[in-house]
Parts: sequence; C-alpha cells; structure tokens
Amino acid sequence: MSRFIIQRCAESLLVLAVMSFVIYGLIGLMPGDPIDIMVSSDPNLTPADGARLRALYGLDQPIAVRYWRWLTAALSGDLGYSRLHARPVLEILLPRLGNTLVLMGLSFALALAIALPAGIVAAVRPRSALDNLINIIAFAGISVPPFWLAILLIMLFAVTLGWLPAGGMGEAGGGLASRIEHLILPLVALTLATVGGILRFVRAAMMEALRQDFIRTARAKGVSRARVVLGHALRNAMIPVATILALNFGALFSGALITETLFGWLGMGKTIFDAIMGNDYNLALVGLLFATATTLLANLAADMAYAWLDPRISYR
Amino acid sequence: MSGGPTDRLAAETAYATGPALSVKAILWRRFLEHRLALASLFVLLALALAVIAAPLVEALLGLDANLVDLFSRFQPPSAAHPLGTDEIGRDLLLRLLYGGRVSLLVGLATALFAALIGTALGLLAGYYGGPVDAVLMRLVDGVIALPLLPLLIVLAAVDLGKLGLPEALAGSENISLYRIVGLIVLVGWTTVARLVRGATLTMRTREFVRAAEGLGAGAPRIMLVHILPNVVSPIIVATTLSVGNIILLESVLSFLGLGIQPPIPSWGNMLTNAQELIWSAPHLAIYPGLLIFVTVIAFNFLGDGLQDALDPRAIHQKK
Repeated sequence: MSRFIIQRCAESLLVLAVMSFVIYGLIGLMPGDPIDIMVSSDPNLTPADGARLRALYGLDQPIAVRYWRWLTAALSGDLGYSRLHARPVLEILLPRLGNTLVLMGLSFALALAIALPAGIVAAVRPRSALDNLINIIAFAGISVPPFWLAILLIMLFAVTLGWLPAGGMGEAGGGLASRIEHLILPLVALTLATVGGILRFVRAAMMEALRQDFIRTARAKGVSRARVVLGHALRNAMIPVATILALNFGALFSGALITETLFGWLGMGKTIFDAIMGNDYNLALVGLLFATATTLLANLAADMAYAWLDPRISYR
Repeated sequence: MSGGPTDRLAAETAYATGPALSVKAILWRRFLEHRLALASLFVLLALALAVIAAPLVEALLGLDANLVDLFSRFQPPSAAHPLGTDEIGRDLLLRLLYGGRVSLLVGLATALFAALIGTALGLLAGYYGGPVDAVLMRLVDGVIALPLLPLLIVLAAVDLGKLGLPEALAGSENISLYRIVGLIVLVGWTTVARLVRGATLTMRTREFVRAAEGLGAGAPRIMLVHILPNVVSPIIVATTLSVGNIILLESVLSFLGLGIQPPIPSWGNMLTNAQELIWSAPHLAIYPGLLIFVTVIAFNFLGDGLQDALDPRAIHQKK
C-alpha cells in the first residue's frame, strides 16, 4: 500500500513537472510579449532598444535555458511579479485560491446533497415516472451551457426580481452577510452545472450495485428493502462514485472558471483567465500550475479512496 | 462478455417473440422504444435542414446576414426581421441559422476526427498491449487528469504565427474554425480510445481472432476486419454523446472570445456580449443559448437511446 502511494505521488510529480514545461512553453507562444508591449507603448524606444532589453533579461536564450532559470527561481520561492497587479504572484493567488475553494467546496457539497438522494430514488425504481423525471432533469443539467445558465440566473434574480446582486465579492464594509449574498448566485449556477453529471453517476452505480447477486441473497434472507438499498447497495455504489467524483475535480475547476468570470468572483479561474487575457505571464503560469497541482492532488485522493473503500483491491 | 452482443441479442429475442426479426430490425425496434431519442432525432434533422436552408431563407427575406445597419439596431420582431435585429442591426434569425451551421459542423467534424484518432489508438493499445498500451493509457490518464478549460484557453490564445505556421494560413479568415476543431480533438480522443482499448482487449483472445491469426492474417487485417466491426457499438454511442459535449465546449470558448472569431457567427460567440445585453435586449441573450441547449440535449438523448438499443445489458434494466 505505501509503495503504491509513493509510486503514485512520484507519477503525479512527474506529470506536474512535464506540465510546467509545457505551460511555460505555451505562455511564451502567446501574442504580445512584455518587451513588445513596452516598445509599442513608449515612442522613445526603438526596436534596437527592444533587442537590447531582451538580451538583458535573457529572453533571447533558448527555451530550455529560460525554463531552467525560471524553475530554479520558482523552487527557491521566487515566482515572479504580476504585471497587472504589480505585486508578487503568490500574494495575489493565495487569497484567490481560498475564494475558489469556498465556492467549489460549497457547490460540491450542495450538488452531492441533491444528487445522492435523487440518484438513489431513481435507481431503486428504474423506468418509473419519478426516475424518468429525474433522468430528464439530469440530462438538462449536463446539456445546458453553463455560462448561459449563469446569464439566465442573473437576468431573473438580479435584473427582473432584484433579489440578489449580479456579481462581485460583496459591498465594501458589508461583512460576512454581504459576502454570502454575493455568493448565492455563483453557487447556484456552479451547482446546477455540475449536479446533473454527478446524479447520472450515482444512478448508474446504484443500478449496477442493485443488480448484484448478493443483493438478492440479502433480500432472500429477509433483510429489509431500505437496509439493502442504503446498507448493501449504497456502500458498493460509493466506490465508483467516489472515484469518479475525485476524477471530476478538473471539470469542477473548469466550471468554476466560467462561473467566477461571469459573476466577478475573485477566484483562481477568473484570475487565470484575466491573466491570460491581460498578458500577465507570471500570474497565468503560476495560476495554471496551481490548478494543475490541485487537480492532480484530487486524482491522487481518488486512487487512495478507491483502495480504502474497496477492501478487495490491494495494491501490495 | 460471453457471446457477442448480436448473437446473445438474437437468442433472447427468439426466446421472447419468436425468430421472425433480423438483428437490425430488433435494434431499430428498441431504438424506437426510446421516445425521447426518437424525438431528438427529429429535432436534430429539423435543425440540420434549417441551417442547410440558411441561404434560401436569406434570399427569401431579401437580407444579407452580415449586413451591419446601425439605424436598425435592437428592432423587435417584424415581417422584415422575423426575430428582430441584434446590437449592430443584423438579422437575428439569419445569424442564428448561420451560427448553427458553424456550431453543428464543428461539433460533428470534431467528434468524427476524435473518434477516428481514438479508435486507431485504442485498437493499437488493446491489440499490442505491453509498452504501447502502457504509454497510450498513461497519456489518456494524463489528459483526463488536467484542468481542461484553463489549458484550452491558453492553447486558444497561442499566437499561431510564433508556431511557425505560414502567414497565409495563420491569417486566414477560417483559421479560428480549424483551430477549435484541432484543439478539441487534442483533448477529445481519450474517451473513445479507452473504450476501444477495453473492447479490443476482450476481443483479442476470442477464438475467431485466434483462428484468423492461425490462418496467417497480419495485424492490420485482424484489427480492421476482425476486431473493429465488433467494437463499433461503443464507438457509435460515445461519439454521439461527445457531439453534445463538443458543441458545449466550443460555445464556452467562443463565448469567452477564444473560439470561433467574428465575423463568422457561432451560437457561442453570439453570446459574447450577452452579459451587457440582458439590460437592453434580453432576447438576444436567450435564443442562441436556447439553441445550444436544445441541440446538446438532443444529442445526449440520442446517444442514450443508441446505448439502450446497442447495449445488451440495457434489456435487464428495462425488466
């Protein structure tokens, strides 16, 4: 077991290292590098000055050299400055990582609280009217464009009804109450965008579990229906569900990017998007690496959960 | 998986209803039972006809889809403009039809390319096993494990000129189209690859494959002639379901300004300004999103219906 954990951790670190190089390379391929922006915004600078600046900052070096320099600096704690915010990258990212985790964590809990009971009810009576209804709602959830759903929510609750703010993080000095008020719509939007997929996983896993022979045995032995469903079947259905949920962390992150961007919620997704759009290379690079690292961590957790939940599996 | 889906199917049906129907007829009959899938098929056919007929509608209305007319911005629906006009005076109905062409084409083409690549790689990994399989499956795991949207945004923002693409191609009007297809194929091949690899693994040890090997058939022939026809149903289901996801992804990227670039309309980029328009012209923010929603849910229902029809296990769920 411990050997398995060490091996998976090593694998994840390797993927992270490869991704850091890939992302570093990609960021360098984006339009408008800092020197170009500097030269074009200052009429006193000639292209020759640009070339000199490039040599000064080592930007004329091959990509492997530049990457190595960045990596050694990053590993010693220097992740660079953000161009847009004129502050160290970490100072900007850490509070925003917190904001994202609040949004994603609450949304995940809410989605589970809806999907688990609904998925179980649907799986217990397949093809019943209730199952069909739940199934159609789940299909609607996975088919709706998340950004459009967010716009509809803003239209209804912020514009027409005026109940909730259309976006932002809270009034200045509004405290926790204002923060919560601003959280409701993004939370609902993100949850609606993710709950359908989770619901379909739960339903499929429950149906598969209820089809097993030991369920029939348990029923034949006189175990009550509720106990069979909630005890025997659910326990077994949770194994694939837990794995898929953790593997879906990347998708949740993608959903959070859309939600945060639309509602002006200052999380990682919005920060990454704004950084890419605003040619803020250092911020985009580190933000993307943070996102990749958290997703890999969630996948690692999925593997552990799998081994822990299912005693039949041993990784030696 | 003992016995292929088809012979098991035939046996079950023969037992239930008598031996009158061919396998194809049974599949078709099962598909018809899924009423939502059937309705979705009609909706999609109607949509396809409508977008194909876009130039006809354009001629009938006597309008130009790309004509900017700042004197007739935000017009309500009228005889001249059945759905009104957008923020720079273009006819909304025509924009929706031409946008639908792009969104549907991108969805179908991308799904097809992704399925082709996924099938090829899945066959190779499943048939050869060993290091080929290990490398390809690690790659699949790697792609699935990444936060896709942020990475796609970076990829979409990359300056193609810096990649050394010829100026004529990098600067061409349709480049955003090719680019989005390429980007989504890059991440979209994994589902089919994984399914095909799994199915190939179980097929590889079957007697008819062994027999073909014994008769001296080469690896390409075994993969394409003997294995591929037997793994076709999961490919069809997964590809149908992926069309919906691809249309969603395209719409998100186009909405963010990184997918299909104006003046080419797509349902996604028609919504780019929607957040400002909800105050002035809410209907402009509603129609394109509604069409994306209807199309995607129709492809999902269609995929679900095909799965029910093609997957023998679905029978047990019904009874």
